[in-house]
Amino acid sequence: MNSPSPQIAANSLRQGPDPRGHFGIFGGRFVAETLMPLILSLEKAYDEARQDPAYHAELQHLLTHYVGRPSPLYFAERMTEKLGGAKIYFKREELNHTGAHKINNVLGQILLARRMGKKRIIAETGAGQHGVATATACARFGLECVVYMGAVDVERQKPNVFRMNLLGAKVVPVQSGARTLKDAMNEALRDWVTNVEDTFYCIGTAAGPHPYPAMVRDFQCVIGDETRAQMMDLEGRLPDSLFACIGGGSNAIGLFHPFLDDRSVELYGVEAAGHGLNVPNGHAASLAGGRPGVLHGNRTYLLMDDDGQILEGHSISAGLDYPGIGPEHAWLKENGRVTYLSATDKEALNAFQLCSQLEGIIPALEPAHALAKVMDIAPKKPKDHLMVLGLSGRGDKDIFTVADHLGGM
Amino acid sequence: MSRIDHRFAAVKAQGRAALVTFVMAGDPDAATSLEILKALPKAGADVIEVGMPFSDPMADGPAIQAAGLRALHAGMTLKGVLKLVAEFRKTDSQTPIILMGYYNPIYVYGVDKFLVDAKAAGADGMIVVDLPPEEDEELCLPALKAGLSFIRLATPTTDDSRLPAVLSNTSGFVYYVSITGITGAARPDYSRVAAAVKRLKAHTDLPIAVGFGVKDAAAAHEIALSADGVVVGSALIDALAKTLDAQGRSGPATVGAVGELAGKLAAGVASAAKESAIP
Repeated sequence: MNSPSPQIAANSLRQGPDPRGHFGIFGGRFVAETLMPLILSLEKAYDEARQDPAYHAELQHLLTHYVGRPSPLYFAERMTEKLGGAKIYFKREELNHTGAHKINNVLGQILLARRMGKKRIIAETGAGQHGVATATACARFGLECVVYMGAVDVERQKPNVFRMNLLGAKVVPVQSGARTLKDAMNEALRDWVTNVEDTFYCIGTAAGPHPYPAMVRDFQCVIGDETRAQMMDLEGRLPDSLFACIGGGSNAIGLFHPFLDDRSVELYGVEAAGHGLNVPNGHAASLAGGRPGVLHGNRTYLLMDDDGQILEGHSISAGLDYPGIGPEHAWLKENGRVTYLSATDKEALNAFQLCSQLEGIIPALEPAHALAKVMDIAPKKPKDHLMVLGLSGRGDKDIFTVADHLGGM
Repeated sequence: MSRIDHRFAAVKAQGRAALVTFVMAGDPDAATSLEILKALPKAGADVIEVGMPFSDPMADGPAIQAAGLRALHAGMTLKGVLKLVAEFRKTDSQTPIILMGYYNPIYVYGVDKFLVDAKAAGADGMIVVDLPPEEDEELCLPALKAGLSFIRLATPTTDDSRLPAVLSNTSGFVYYVSITGITGAARPDYSRVAAAVKRLKAHTDLPIAVGFGVKDAAAAHEIALSADGVVVGSALIDALAKTLDAQGRSGPATVGAVGELAGKLAAGVASAAKESAIP
């Protein structure tokens, strides 16, 4: 998509997945037979759309005039001063229409749904950002929209539930399991398998059965492509390090992917360590605390018990509270190209406050996890080290959660 | 000839369809579950599908979701499922046992070890919902090599171009999913089911069993008119669930309730024999 990145070379890390949707051993298409013909037709439709200039032009138009892209690459001067090391930039996806990076992917998928003649859109959501983005695009194009959201998340993300309702979407609280994102995804899959004829499943992260991980990544690569061009404009060279939070990992893969072959650029993905990695079932760090398994259509790292039963995980952030991770991240962990770290609830809350106070930007709790690691690592880097934080969403939705934790502020 | 082939041939010789019953291993506890397994053939079940509980059963409706959770809460594991099958086999050497569930617990157990242990326990085959033909290398091909049947799901969305792939590398029987949807959901359209069975039979000599949405003897009768087998799961689990106490524990009526419904379903299937075109 108007990528300023170099051409992909034969030994590139950007070639994946293979035709069967595998990134190394990860990925694949682990779905019920009922869905398999749909997955194949989606793959075909996406392949055709990708090669259609009219599709790109329509998407580009929306990204410019509806989303407000490009999002700024902002020099966080006071944060830089405070940390006393690397020069810190924020890639401000929180300024996008609907307040997060999610809309980049949603518009790509909704345009695809329209090409495929689907009239009914379903989505799962955790923090509600993907649900809001999907409800928004459905309103814009007059499509029916049903959003599955864990009942616990409905409680802790009330403003987003209200927004989705205002936008005309039907929000279905999911009562099964731990009543969070994983259960919402199960319920969305149950809906899809029931309404295969007219329904398009708009997955919110770079996970699920092939082609979703590759497709969602492609739509989110606009983040990294812009960052690359903007940094060249501002500093005349590539950044030295990139930081992004990871639940399913769509904003991180979108930021990282255009830089995978630039080995000088350090890449840091930050998972949610919740109460701490040593607390059983008390975190949502699939890479740090999980192992390979198969769930929701793909093989990837999962939090699970010895019997292969999926654990619920925990994070203060509803958007990171998922026991899996996109398969390309699992592969990038194994080949060592990306360094995966984790931040606890407490570290994220500290970063959330510091960002608000120093930069006048209230970040979502999700990127506050990545910021927490920027705060750890930036002081150890020289002043000419160019560090970029993917500020994937804004924190309006989180103010009540944060107030609860900080004792009412 | 496998136990599954034998059973379908024997049932066909009687001029009727087979009753295939699904129950969740360990629901509501291992001991009761074993008694239920033993009661099913006596009540008229010809083939038993034993559910391997999974925390995230994406293709199942509320009844089977709840059954899996009850089993997991009571401590059931994949190892426990195989132990249950082995116990059952001590008392019944004829009734085919099909393990049914999702891939992750098997993957974590280890595919090769699972196949060895399942065979040793006396299982005859498996149905793994989230393994389409595209992922045959994972479990299907190793299972066939190990002498276990890998039973495939065919669905209303499986068109003629996909059927050869779906029907390859399979054995035992073909499980036709009568609706697009989850287990225990809508009642199928019987004329569509009959047409689908006819379509499948043009592509395979394997018996066709039909399931999803078969709730009672009347529905079993209707399906049995066209299919070689009728699969019932959620209705049996509903019958079981009604006998549990507030904590989900079994009561004196639990085993009997499942057996009673299985008996009625068997009668429904048998009553189709006279009208059926099955020779």
